[in-house]
Amino acid sequence: MTATRRGLAAIVIGGLIVALGLAFLVSPLASSSPDGLERVATDEGFIDTAEDHDLADSPLADYGVDGMEDESLSTGLAGIVGVAITFGLALLLFGIFHARRPKADGAPQTRASATAG
Amino acid sequence: MHVPDGFLSAGVSVATGVASAGGIGYSLMRAKESLSDRLAPMAGLVAAFVFAVQMLNFPVAAGTSGHLLGGALACIMVGPWAGTIAVAIVLVVQALLFADGGLTALGTNILLIAIIPGWSGLAIFFGIRKFLPAGRGSVVSASFVAALLSVVIAAFAFVLLYAIGGSGNAPVSTVLAAMLSVHFLVGIGEGLITAMTVGAVVAVRPDLVYGALDLMPELQLGSDVAVGRS
Repeated sequence: MTATRRGLAAIVIGGLIVALGLAFLVSPLASSSPDGLERVATDEGFIDTAEDHDLADSPLADYGVDGMEDESLSTGLAGIVGVAITFGLALLLFGIFHARRPKADGAPQTRASATAG
Repeated sequence: MHVPDGFLSAGVSVATGVASAGGIGYSLMRAKESLSDRLAPMAGLVAAFVFAVQMLNFPVAAGTSGHLLGGALACIMVGPWAGTIAVAIVLVVQALLFADGGLTALGTNILLIAIIPGWSGLAIFFGIRKFLPAGRGSVVSASFVAALLSVVIAAFAFVLLYAIGGSGNAPVSTVLAAMLSVHFLVGIGEGLITAMTVGAVVAVRPDLVYGALDLMPELQLGSDVAVGRS
């Protein structure tokens, strides 16, 4: 190792701070142009085959907080909520997995990294 | 790349739904086997990070933007099974809470954004690494190329679905040319973001990057016991 070795918790917390920062501060600056697929669909004349989203009226639809006037803040807050919920859901799901695995009672879990490939 | 409802026929949506359910089911099964103490928080972080970065549309050409798909990034970081599940979680959250990506198209989007770019990207990543010397630089370079190509492959897969059951009338060949060219540009962004992210983690903790586990053989042996300890 060359650099200082950082703990797992530091990496995860640091990564989450980066994700929250990107979602809150940078996402309002993102390009609002149509994405690649939308562009192609428009140019090739099939954009109209898209149906309205069934949940288009939901409070966070299109990455904005319903009723909030400040657009940057609205996008940023929606981003924070999304990052938090995504992290929470993933942790919950993977946590359940982990809890359900047969416990080896402190024995080295050789399976875990050895067969990951 | 999020496909809205209506672009593809009901039949195609059902088929991609079944395929995605199979892919996710298999990933869940395999992830259970390989989940170590450190992988659960890393997979959570990867999901949260992919969600955040998917919001950051970058311009790729006049009036056109692109954003990270994240499949390749997630699979290089936490392996094909946890990586696929992490991106699928992002897509479910986006479809249910943010009205992004159609509900009947959810299977299509999991296929096109999580499974196909994830698995193809990881295969390309390891394929490239075979020809490069072992080292962090190789991991970063392979990440760039793998992520770039994974987006082009996903675009190709969309056109395949369009050819089978697209609602539009445009000829498949023109849609193919348009999709591949714009997604090559999007892929460059995908490659840069993926390489930067993998590079940042590999620089401090290569043992936390699935695609770089071989770089730390002596650490890997006792990693599950010693992780986060020093």
